Amino acid sequence: MSAAQTDTGATLAPEVLSVQDLTVSVRTPAGDRPLVENLSFTLRRGETLAIAGESGSGKSITSLAIMGLLPPPAVRITAGSVRLGDTDLTKLPEAQMRSLRGARIAMIFQEPMTSLNPVLTVGAQLTEAIRAHTDASRAEARKQALAALHAVRLSQPEQRLKQYPHELSGGMRQRVMIAMALALRPEVLIADEPTTALDVTVQSEVLDLLRDLQREFGTAIILITHDMGVVAEMADRVIVMKAGKAVEEASTRQIFASPQMPYTQDLLAAVPRMGKGKPRPETPTETVARLSDVVVRFPLKGGILGRTIAQVHAVEHVSFDIRRGETFALVGESGCGKSTIAKAIVGIAPHQGRIEIAGQSFADLDAAGQKALRRRVQIVFQDPMAALDPRMTVGTLIAEPLLIHGIGSLAEQRARASELMQRVGLTTDQLDRYPHEFSGGQRQRICIARALALQPDLIIADESVSALDVSVQARVLDLLQALQREFGIAFLFISHDMAVVENISDRVAVMYLGQIVETGTRAQVFGNPQHPYTRRLIDAVPVPDPSHIRTALPRLAGEVPSPVHVLGQGPARLVMRDIGDGHLVAQQA
Amino acid sequence: MPTYILRRLLQSALILLGVSFITFFLLFVLPADPVRQIAGRSASAAVVESIRQQLGLDQPFLVQFGRYLSGLVQGDLGRSYLQKSEVSELIASRLPATLLLMVAAIFCELVIGLAMGIIAALRRDSFTDQALMMTSFVTVSAPQFVVSLLMLYVFAVKLGWFPIGGYGTFRHLVLPAVTLGILGSGWYSRMMRSSMIDVMRTDYIRTARSKGLTRARVVLGHALPNAILPIIAMIGIDIGVFMGGIVVVESVFGWPGIGQLAWQAIQRIDIPIIMGVTLVSAVAIVLGNLLADLIAPFIDPRIKLK
Repeated sequence: MSAAQTDTGATLAPEVLSVQDLTVSVRTPAGDRPLVENLSFTLRRGETLAIAGESGSGKSITSLAIMGLLPPPAVRITAGSVRLGDTDLTKLPEAQMRSLRGARIAMIFQEPMTSLNPVLTVGAQLTEAIRAHTDASRAEARKQALAALHAVRLSQPEQRLKQYPHELSGGMRQRVMIAMALALRPEVLIADEPTTALDVTVQSEVLDLLRDLQREFGTAIILITHDMGVVAEMADRVIVMKAGKAVEEASTRQIFASPQMPYTQDLLAAVPRMGKGKPRPETPTETVARLSDVVVRFPLKGGILGRTIAQVHAVEHVSFDIRRGETFALVGESGCGKSTIAKAIVGIAPHQGRIEIAGQSFADLDAAGQKALRRRVQIVFQDPMAALDPRMTVGTLIAEPLLIHGIGSLAEQRARASELMQRVGLTTDQLDRYPHEFSGGQRQRICIARALALQPDLIIADESVSALDVSVQARVLDLLQALQREFGIAFLFISHDMAVVENISDRVAVMYLGQIVETGTRAQVFGNPQHPYTRRLIDAVPVPDPSHIRTALPRLAGEVPSPVHVLGQGPARLVMRDIGDGHLVAQQA
Repeated sequence: MPTYILRRLLQSALILLGVSFITFFLLFVLPADPVRQIAGRSASAAVVESIRQQLGLDQPFLVQFGRYLSGLVQGDLGRSYLQKSEVSELIASRLPATLLLMVAAIFCELVIGLAMGIIAALRRDSFTDQALMMTSFVTVSAPQFVVSLLMLYVFAVKLGWFPIGGYGTFRHLVLPAVTLGILGSGWYSRMMRSSMIDVMRTDYIRTARSKGLTRARVVLGHALPNAILPIIAMIGIDIGVFMGGIVVVESVFGWPGIGQLAWQAIQRIDIPIIMGVTLVSAVAIVLGNLLADLIAPFIDPRIKLK
């Protein structure tokens, strides 16, 4: 905790940034529309201020306004001031602003995968940032760049300088971004959702790093985030924003202990927390889907004749079954093979082993039989905008599965679509609208309605709520559970979010590098996690409670091993041991 | 890398076989009679027949094609019907002129096209943007001979800055190269504009700006190498279009290249020359594409050749 935050207020650190009545507007044909209105705050040395809010709250626009990076000419600052020390940044000509940018105020962004230039080496991008603001020679800049990479604890920094961004993992790239931002020891660092795109274990490492560097350099941090867990872990103070306005500002402890405004209360209530899962009704034991020893490998070709020389071992010997009306969760970090399993189940990824849906397997059926079997399983994807054809009306989209399977007349299909619209909480008069006219949460409801159209036995929800704001996420999860009770649908819930999984699942399987390392009921896996990887995943989740003291995670020795093996070789097959009541844990080597 | 090049060259051999088959077939079914062209209008039927037998043109199609192929494999492109010399010699004597013009023209195309595209993208939706895109539209749609004649009239006849035609000095090269450059620049400027607009919107450009780099550095150091990638692939494809354009432009400017050779041969149905020029063009296109694919990994390290 920084000096500014002491409850007595005795030792206040100096102010570095002061924002007064900041208003940012976008020019529209109907006149200026404010995106951020009358926002004021101050930031002291060594302090972390979180600006929290859902999409459209204006939190990212605020950060771009401070950096002077608003997209011209439509979006601009129309009132207020941003003072860095004695300088009003809003009045600074671009040339002078440029000399501050990156030197006195720096920024890191959400997407480490796309935030670094793919055609320039890490070294070139780092030294360029240093040389833009100092007289350092090439060799001196390189030395500083190396020191910066050391500071962000990147392994083998010498080699990293010569590497290109695509040769690094997401977590490593975000470290490079942080190194770049902090190389010149700026007074203010704006971190815009710095860990949102990262896996949870990587997130905790990056947050640790930011905290350590802040302590070392005394940087003031503005942390833009939607994740109240991250807020609780990182921030001294919080501003909650909604629709461009500050709703509430208080110390982190106060906000979490006694939020004053209804919006803040709702926001905090919607945050999924571990251990808040309601007890779930007993489910029947009838099996809807059964996977036995499923293996998915993708060939990598090479040589003059284009023969397979290596394989990506995406899924290795995975077996589980899903029962009618239950929620079976598959958790793991990116690249662990969980989405590949989803594809294999619906028959769009070639696999070995056996997958049965309602006792039938795609492999045993002719084309007509396969088509009929497809009705039993539907998928809801992560990004609803990408999953809905922008040129089709919502009514057509929802009725399309019926059309494809030739169920009912056109009038009946339309009636069914409007029925489904109502069931997922939308209105019938929206049937003839297009996807872009809906919000993210509404679009996901449309995808759910479409999945329901064929009355499937199993719906695969592949990160279906991950892209949604927490309040929307909570409502969509409620809807899914209500639908499950009503229709007895089984869910295969694929997610990286341990808190959400803990809240809604009946049984859980934890995946790592294509294999299941632990599986059992929710109570078994979360109440008594046995495999070190499961424990690591659970411990890494940021807890939305500032008084929570995180158990220090052991740092991983290196990166996740590669799933690529030359032909004829592969990962060792894990042996599962039952430690009681069907709680299976992979044995340690 | 060597295995990649080897595989591509093997594929190229198949492409060339296909190209020669199709061209040979089209010339075979052509209603015009090459023998009549050789013999002249007043020759008797007996003379025509004897020439036909001499050239083997009375044989069935596959026999003729087979004979041509077996010659080709030995490096023999055949003999011109009318010019009484080896096709390979004719092409070899004219190829340097065409290659010189090609390199100069592609240079002009890129300079004009890329500059227009970059400026239009950076001043998107402004008057400058609209004017540049209008210009590129005109150059794309204008017939080649019209632009060629116009350039010749203005810069050679009226202003007298450049010679009216011919070959030999740098001044001879300017007009045909610039003409081809203008004609080809329209595609490049439009493609560069959209590519540049996409790149300027990316996160890494925002990162570059957030580092406090100058605008020139952001555009030239960060955006350009990314935006130019699709253009490089296009240069390879463009050589095909270019070979078509060169026939007209070389004829108008009296440039002694293979375009002019082809033009004369087509008029007189000199089949061995038409075949030879077509094959040389096909080789140029294949090599151009291979070259473009080989250059790409140097600009974008993510591209792996396998």
